Amino acid sequence: MTQHFSPPPEAALERAAKGQPACSGHGLSITIENLQKSFGDHQVLRGIDLKIEPGQFVTIVGRSGCGKSTLLRLLVGLEKPTGGTFWFGEKAEAQLHRDDIRVMFQEPRLLPWASVLSNVEVGLGAERKSADARERALATLREVGLEDRRNDWPAILSGGQKQRVALARALVSEPGVLALDEPLGALDALTRISMQRLLERVWLDQGCTALLVTHDVAEAVTLADRVLVIEEGRIALDLAVNLPRPRERGAPEIAALEGRILRDLFRNAAAGEDA
Amino acid sequence: MSAALEKDGWFSSLAQWVLPLAILAVWQALSMIGFIPVRVLPAPTEVLAAGWKLLLSGELAKNIWVSFWRAIVGFAIGGGIGFMLGLANGLSRRSERYLDSTLQMIRNVPHLALIPLVILWFGIDEEAKIFLVALGVFFPIYINTLHGIRTVDTQLVEMGRTYGMSPGTLFWRVILPGALPSIFVGLRYALGIMWLTLIVAETIAASSGIGYMAMQAREFLLVDVVVLSIVIYALFGKLADSAARLLERLCLSWHPAFQKA
Repeated sequence: MTQHFSPPPEAALERAAKGQPACSGHGLSITIENLQKSFGDHQVLRGIDLKIEPGQFVTIVGRSGCGKSTLLRLLVGLEKPTGGTFWFGEKAEAQLHRDDIRVMFQEPRLLPWASVLSNVEVGLGAERKSADARERALATLREVGLEDRRNDWPAILSGGQKQRVALARALVSEPGVLALDEPLGALDALTRISMQRLLERVWLDQGCTALLVTHDVAEAVTLADRVLVIEEGRIALDLAVNLPRPRERGAPEIAALEGRILRDLFRNAAAGEDA
Repeated sequence: MSAALEKDGWFSSLAQWVLPLAILAVWQALSMIGFIPVRVLPAPTEVLAAGWKLLLSGELAKNIWVSFWRAIVGFAIGGGIGFMLGLANGLSRRSERYLDSTLQMIRNVPHLALIPLVILWFGIDEEAKIFLVALGVFFPIYINTLHGIRTVDTQLVEMGRTYGMSPGTLFWRVILPGALPSIFVGLRYALGIMWLTLIVAETIAASSGIGYMAMQAREFLLVDVVVLSIVIYALFGKLADSAARLLERLCLSWHPAFQKA
């Protein structure tokens, strides 16, 4: 499978290099106040306070069961919080349009009975019936490099191609917030790297706020403006990553940050086991 | 299978007819040398001749039409109700709580056991046959529709909800297409039950139709007409199944099982 991705636009790269948000304007800020979630007696999130700037790329890492996926599911409305509150944009009262938050799951979750193109059109939500729906879906499909597969059934695509269709579906409504729940977890190493590059490029293009949950600390550091480590339902580490983009995989600065986060994760784990 | 068909072309598509034709030839030969007595089983040519005679008198067309009509009407009523209740109980827990266990109880009554009661209720009029066919096709359609809706991928439903689909859109774009493979299983099973019920009902309580034609012929020892009736039933059954398969291939072309290699 050959994949050709055009480099990110210069202006966005420059902004990113100066450590400014890549945002072209429509990324939404996220404000979270004392957010809690329990399942029965089990408290998964024990009060999260967080302010995410518009257009930031934030990655959330942590070990299995730490509550990172739950946080994402709360934010996209798949679960109801047991306490605390959160809002998108500047005002807490502002009613948010549903199409402004888009989520990409670990599985592609494409409709098997719809063509690749009409799967992307699902992402347009209520605007699916508008006159330019097909045009917009095609343009987004072009962006992920799958325009020539528009009439195929999802069943005949590879795993990486399916996730690219799912990415196009998430992006087609030009959301203010893109929530990614380990979308690259099931892909092989090489497909994963090209998907990371694609993710970075479309994020720079669109200027949305991105929230990526991942197990892979290297991936988190490579992509993020800011890495959050969640431990036992709390934010244990909040680390800004001010490295210029595009970042080179395996660069010493990235390795150093990765090492620091991993040490933190394991030290806390050891402390937890000793107690 | 389809790959093999393309490779060998028309020749291998004829392969499925070799055995039936061979059996017909042996049957014809054995009848002609007198090994099979005419009163037991007439030769294929005699069955054909009987069919031709009945066709000319218009009796065959009339009886086929009557049977066909009963099958379709009974199927439409029973299948329609089964499909609707399957949808209702699949989509609404409350509906299922009130209805499902009652329906499961009725399901355990063999519908053909109701024939004496049905004759008492409806006599041997059309209602009797249509009622039995409807009852027979109801359960396969109901159960498979319910099962199909219940087993729709919950991850897809969740995706639909987060992408802002309205309940109607969710039903038409996610739930119904997801339930369709199972609904087709019910459809094909129901078509089999439909003919079976009709045959039994027509031989016991009817004054027209293919089954009645066979019973009349038995009275007069017309074995050729009896065999003809059986063949017509078999052809009807095959025809219904082929139609259902064709429909299935059209509606489920997205399904990996129906994609061309």
